[in-house]
Amino acid sequence: MTALQLENITCRFAARGGLHVAVEHASVTVGEGEFVSLVGPTGCGKSTLLNAAAGLRRPDGGEVRVFGRPLAGRNEHAGYLFQGEALLPWRSARDNVAFGLALRAADPVQARATADDWLRRVGLAGHGDKYPHELSGGMRKRVALAQTLAVNPKILLMDEPFSALDVQTRVLMENELLALWQQDRKSVLFVTHDLEEAIALSDRVVVLGAGPASRPVGEFAIDLPRPRDVAEVRLTPRFLELHRQLWDCLRDEVMKAHATGMRADVQ
Amino acid sequence: MSSSAGLRLAQAGLLFALFALWHVLTRTEILPPFFFGEPLVVLDRIREWFVTGSIYPHLGVTLLETALAFVAGTVSGLGFGLWLGLSDTAARLLDPYIKALNAMPRVILAPIFAVWFGLGITSKVLLGVTLVFFIVFFSVFHGVREVNPTVLANARMLGASRAQLLRHVYLPSATAWVFASLHSAVGMAFVGAVIGEYLGSARGVGYLILQAEGVFDINTVFAGVLVLTVFALALDKLVTVAERRLLRWRPADGARGSH
Repeated sequence: MTALQLENITCRFAARGGLHVAVEHASVTVGEGEFVSLVGPTGCGKSTLLNAAAGLRRPDGGEVRVFGRPLAGRNEHAGYLFQGEALLPWRSARDNVAFGLALRAADPVQARATADDWLRRVGLAGHGDKYPHELSGGMRKRVALAQTLAVNPKILLMDEPFSALDVQTRVLMENELLALWQQDRKSVLFVTHDLEEAIALSDRVVVLGAGPASRPVGEFAIDLPRPRDVAEVRLTPRFLELHRQLWDCLRDEVMKAHATGMRADVQ
Repeated sequence: MSSSAGLRLAQAGLLFALFALWHVLTRTEILPPFFFGEPLVVLDRIREWFVTGSIYPHLGVTLLETALAFVAGTVSGLGFGLWLGLSDTAARLLDPYIKALNAMPRVILAPIFAVWFGLGITSKVLLGVTLVFFIVFFSVFHGVREVNPTVLANARMLGASRAQLLRHVYLPSATAWVFASLHSAVGMAFVGAVIGEYLGSARGVGYLILQAEGVFDINTVFAGVLVLTVFALALDKLVTVAERRLLRWRPADGARGSH
C-alpha cells in the first residue's frame, strides 16, 4: 500500500507579470515504510510539492492521496520537519517536545514523561529546561525532530532539515535520523538539494527537473544495504556508481535552471 | 557588578549636581526664584506633604486613575490588536478610522469626557485609556503580522486548531510586543490622569498643581511634578520587573528572540 501519492500535481503562484507555474503534472509516490528523497536544482518546486503533501498548500491541479484517501485540509498522518527555526521560543525544550501532545489534550504528566523520553532518544537528556535560544543550532534541530516524532506520525515530511548545520553535525544528525527511522520505519518524503545526503539516506531518489513547471525527470532505486552509516557508505563503490548515474541526470537540469536564472536576471 | 554600581553612583551624582546648579542659580538670583522656584523649598514641601500625610488622598486618586487607565488601555489594545491583526477584512474596514482616531490630538477630549462622565475619576481614566490604547494596539497589530510563518506552520502541522494557535502562538508572541510598548504606555497613563485632573477635578496631584499655579506658588508646582516623576519611574520599574519574569525565554543580550 502506498502511504502518500502525489498525482498530477500542479501548483501556480501569483508573481510579478502573471502566474508562475512552480510544478506541473508532477507525480510522486511514497510506499509504506519507504524513505524517498526529492532532489532537484534550486527553485524547482521541491518544497511546494512537500507543502502540498502536508496539506499546507492546496494544489491547483491533481490530487494528494494519503493511505488511499484524498487529502482535504491538513494531512493529519504527517509530521513536518522544517528547514527554518520552527520551535516556540517561549517554551522550554521539554514543553516544545510535549507541545503536540498538549494540543491533543494528553495527560500533562504522561506528556512530560514522553517528552523526556524523546529528548533522551535524540541525545538531549538533561536539557529539557532550556529555552531554544540557549541551545545550539544542532540541538534545536534535535528538539524539532523529537517534537515531530513525539506525536508519532505515520508519514514524515522533511524540508532540507539539516541544510543549516555544519558538516560534522549534519552527518551525526543523518545517522541519528536513520537509527530512529530504522526502529519503526515511517514513510518519509525528504527534500534536499544535496545528492549525497539523498543517496545515503534513501530507498529511492526522485530527481525533479528545472523550474518553472518542473516535474520528476528520473527515479533511482538505492540498493545499498541497511543499516547504513552515512559517513562510511559514501566511500563504497556502489555509492559512487549511483552518485554518477544520478548526477548525470541532475546535471542537465541544474544547467537549465542556471540558464533560466540568467535569463531572469537579464530581464 | 561594580561597574553597574558605579553607573548608579554617577547617575545619582548627576542628579545632585543638577539640583546644586538649580540651587546656586536661584540663590544668586541669576534665575529669579519667583519663576524658577527654590530646590530646598521644593524638597521641604514634599517632605511636609508626606509627613502630614496631606498628599496621600491626592496621590492615591492619581495613581488609581493611572493604574486603571494603564490596565484597561493595555487589555483593550491587546484585544483589538490581535483581532485586527488576524482579521484582514476588519483591519481593512477599520483602517481609516483607526488612523483618524490616532491622529486626533486626544487631550482635546478631556473637557468632552468631563462633560460626559463628570469630574470624578471616570473621565480621567478614559482619557488615559485613549492614550495608552493606541500605543499597545499598534505594536500588537504589527507584531501579529510578523509572527514567524515557520513557527505557525509547525504548530498547525502538530495539530493546533485556530483557537489553539491564538493561545499558544499569537498570544505568547504578542506578550513580547506588548512589553515593548508598555514603557511608553506607563508615561501616557500618567499624562492622561494628570491632564484630566488639571482640566477639572477636586482631587489628585494634577489638581494640587493647578491650585498652586493659581496662586503663583511655583515651588508647590515643582514639588508636584517631582512626585509624579518619581512615581512614573517606579511604575516603569515595575513593568521592567514583570517583563523580566514573563519573558524569561528571550535571550538576555538584547538579541531579538521573538522572531
